[in-house]
Amino acid sequence: MPENVTLHINGAPVQMPTGSVVSAALLKAVIPPRRSVTGEPRSALCGMGICFECCATVNGIPHRRTCQLICSDGMVVETER
Amino acid sequence: MNLAEIIIVGAGPAGIAAAAAAAHHGRSVLLLDDNPTPGGQIWRSGAQSSRRRKDTREDAIKANALHQLRSSGATILSGTRVFDAPAPSTLLALRETEADPEILNLKYDRLILATGARERFLPFPGWTLPGVFGAGGLQALVKGGFPVHGKRVLVAGSGPLLLAVAAHLLDDGAHITSVAEQAPISQLIPFAASLWSHPAKIRQAISYRTALGRTPYRTGCWPVAAFAGETTGSLKSVRLTDGAKTWDEPCELLACGFHLVPNTELASLLGCKLHDGFVEVNEHQQTSVANIYCAGEPTGIAGLEAALLQGKIAGLACAAQPTNSLQARNSTAKKFATRLQAAFRLRSELRSLPTPQTIVCRCEDVTFQSLASRHSWTDAKLQTRCGMGPCQGRICGPAAQTLFGWTPTSVRPPLSPVPISALCFHNSQQNTPQEIA
Repeated sequence: MPENVTLHINGAPVQMPTGSVVSAALLKAVIPPRRSVTGEPRSALCGMGICFECCATVNGIPHRRTCQLICSDGMVVETER
Repeated sequence: MNLAEIIIVGAGPAGIAAAAAAAHHGRSVLLLDDNPTPGGQIWRSGAQSSRRRKDTREDAIKANALHQLRSSGATILSGTRVFDAPAPSTLLALRETEADPEILNLKYDRLILATGARERFLPFPGWTLPGVFGAGGLQALVKGGFPVHGKRVLVAGSGPLLLAVAAHLLDDGAHITSVAEQAPISQLIPFAASLWSHPAKIRQAISYRTALGRTPYRTGCWPVAAFAGETTGSLKSVRLTDGAKTWDEPCELLACGFHLVPNTELASLLGCKLHDGFVEVNEHQQTSVANIYCAGEPTGIAGLEAALLQGKIAGLACAAQPTNSLQARNSTAKKFATRLQAAFRLRSELRSLPTPQTIVCRCEDVTFQSLASRHSWTDAKLQTRCGMGPCQGRICGPAAQTLFGWTPTSVRPPLSPVPISALCFHNSQQNTPQEIA
């Protein structure tokens, strides 16, 4: 298995160790995955699929819990901006 | 595979032990788990480069449990969450891989719930800022590849998890500014003294404390607010208090959780009887519904050893095997759960942390002020949308219970958000009882 994978967050490449979760990549890139209903930037809280604060669009599928999703090469992540 | 003699929900230690025990006795076992890989939160696997803390004993227990599972013949479905139980002995689950989600219609003879626990979060000003995490939450994300090397991290809240998290983060290169435990030393000393019958837990606590070296472990100390830098918008400090004095501690990350709450939503949906928030079980881990069993944290927060033991009991019981030899240890584990709850009982000051503008429900941005005049959880849901967002009250529900004393009401499907296609599938199933492969 290669040591790293590269995914794209809002168009910019982010390199992560193989086996990383997508929310870790968002945190590393300092990009909040979602805006709250009143517009606050939010990022992962629970890290285990419960809080839905880390939801983003991944490979075109909206509302993915990025903490439960393993990064893969060429993955495309879009956040609410 | 959509028919199994035994379905187990949750592949943490309890679910793994249950699956291995039942499958080793020749039963067909299907193990469903929401996470990307088996292990639950405590054994969450991680990114390749993440530095693991060396704990030979803990690693050996994990390796053995996973080996038992893999050699048992049980089928494991990761990335799969149960969202409905539309008919007796039937579950609907959503399998989320990288590609399009898939809906599964599953039938069982016996069901074992090993749904684990989540952290309790309590709102205080600033708790919604990026940079504020659960304690176990930050640990999970670090295992998942979030680099914290050189970052200043404050660990706060309550429960034995705080020390473990601090020790692990330290191994990953974080600078732990301090560990703030809300419980007073007067509550913790009797608990520590009662651990004589759990030498493994004492060894572990000492190893964590030793690892932390000179990092302060403050008891009777809790966070009152988190602040962001004006230009950066990211966390810059956390205000702590010990009741007498209050001070600001600079940090880039806050790992804060107030012990654990059991995941009982599926048990409730299935009609299992709850007592004091936990699933009621008999000595075979059988719930009030005859063909449904429950093991681990949903029956009482007692940690790893209890989960492994109760999982094994449930697995053996479902495979019609005797469990007598395990009963004595299980009763010790249950007593430990009671002591743990008493030791880390929440102080009343934590209820007055929110200001009127503090958000309580993060999904719907419902403030403390708008909840203060409501009478009950149902009233709050109807009037403010508190608990009506994607997490379905899993974060704000326990918070509202602590703040206002509201008890959660009935659980309804879907248990968590699912695509419309999943709901359509459900309806087509109701109309045509034949199984769709």
